[in-house]
Amino acid sequence: MALPNMSSLSPASQDEILLPARPWFIVGTLIAGLLANLVPLNGMALALRPDFLALVLLYWCIQAPRYVGVGIAWCVGLVMDVGDATLFGQHAFAYAFLAYAAEYFRRRVLRFPLWQQAAQVAVLLFLCAALVLLIRFVGGASLPQLTYAAPPFVGALLWPVISVMLQWPQRPRRSSSEL
Amino acid sequence: MRHVHAEPPAFFHRGPSPLARLAFFGVLSIALLFLDTRYRYLENVRRVAAVMIYPLQRAAQLPGEAFDWVGNYFITQHQLIAENATLKRHVVEQSALAQRVPDVERDNATLRRLLALRDRYASAAIAVEVLYYGRDPFTQKVFISKGAADDIAPGRAVVDAQGVVGQVTRVFSGMSEVTLVTDKDHAVPVKVERSGVRSVLFGAGAGHPPELRFMAPNADIVVGDILVTSGIDGTYPPGLPVAQVAALERETGQMFARIAAKPLAGVDRSEWLLVLAPSTALPARPEEPADPDAGKRSGKGRRRGG
Repeated sequence: MALPNMSSLSPASQDEILLPARPWFIVGTLIAGLLANLVPLNGMALALRPDFLALVLLYWCIQAPRYVGVGIAWCVGLVMDVGDATLFGQHAFAYAFLAYAAEYFRRRVLRFPLWQQAAQVAVLLFLCAALVLLIRFVGGASLPQLTYAAPPFVGALLWPVISVMLQWPQRPRRSSSEL
Repeated sequence: MRHVHAEPPAFFHRGPSPLARLAFFGVLSIALLFLDTRYRYLENVRRVAAVMIYPLQRAAQLPGEAFDWVGNYFITQHQLIAENATLKRHVVEQSALAQRVPDVERDNATLRRLLALRDRYASAAIAVEVLYYGRDPFTQKVFISKGAADDIAPGRAVVDAQGVVGQVTRVFSGMSEVTLVTDKDHAVPVKVERSGVRSVLFGAGAGHPPELRFMAPNADIVVGDILVTSGIDGTYPPGLPVAQVAALERETGQMFARIAAKPLAGVDRSEWLLVLAPSTALPARPEEPADPDAGKRSGKGRRRGG
């Protein structure tokens, strides 16, 4: 009896058609991502902490581009700027860029299995981090420590987990007669 | 040759293309960044937004607080006994010192009256807890547990048991932001305790020790000197320990010596801090003597700033 449960935890297969995501679910996951970003951390955990909100945003930009696009991403980024007390527009610009890149790459990314998607997500998150670095450097900030490069990779490692979690409610419910 | 449209037909159209949107929001972001870094026009907007986001921030802190509470509950008796013994030893060690304090204070008051000096030491201080460290990897900031409701105002000095930690820079309703002395270009006016040489200690960003800039190569400073606040700026009360000179490079070919200092306070470790009350107001700055090209100079400065 445990088998159907286990299969619902594995990623959706290529031929499985996901149900459309409900808007309130998208909003809820974005708020959850924001909450995860606001958790106070210190030391090593702070240095390695991935940007959960960026991951959730990227997932919805790829899976539900009709609901989440560049504009929504920009607004979410502004909220993150307030939450992190960073410069106004820094996260907003980065997230808008992320949403644009997702729009551009989404048809290709979806063809790959989750681990290969994670590699492409790493590149996107890394470009995003580089954009923030450029913005801050032009603004006169000091260069961060080398651990600055760690969060994009941690985020990419989390990508398969987050994908499976977010696509779970969209998996089509099979009737018991089918099994 | 016929032109082939790459765009989808009109009935599939969903507003401007993603690239156009990115360009629009990118320009908007750059405008916001410019306003925020150059003019700080957006502090009021930020304050309002911070109030709206505050419940979420509190919610995010709850799991950590619950974990701490459970941890405190299961603290062992052995740990408590050890801590108690340490504290008792500290009390004995410090009581001798404390007994001399009333005497010294009386002397000090008499001398100050004699010299007609203002009593500039902070009288009241507010104890605060560090909520969390700033998540922005480009700045060195901590967030503390009290805000505007507890009479904390921007510009207050923040210290711990060992010395100066930083300065309150933003105040929200339930918490405040403290910029640490290690933040890039954060300046603390200091003097060398031993020789009285005055200087300014500049933070150098994450991973770099703060430094004394523009000191002559022959300045009277040696490694191990303690730097205390000079109190010239009116922000930090005078006489608070700030840092210890850690490295010194005097190259005769250079204009200035390179002096690195190590903060004495647990800038990135202390859990409890003290926000000092503002020092009593300094006398007003005297009028600048009339200068024929003062207007010209200020005009130039403004143009350069914009």
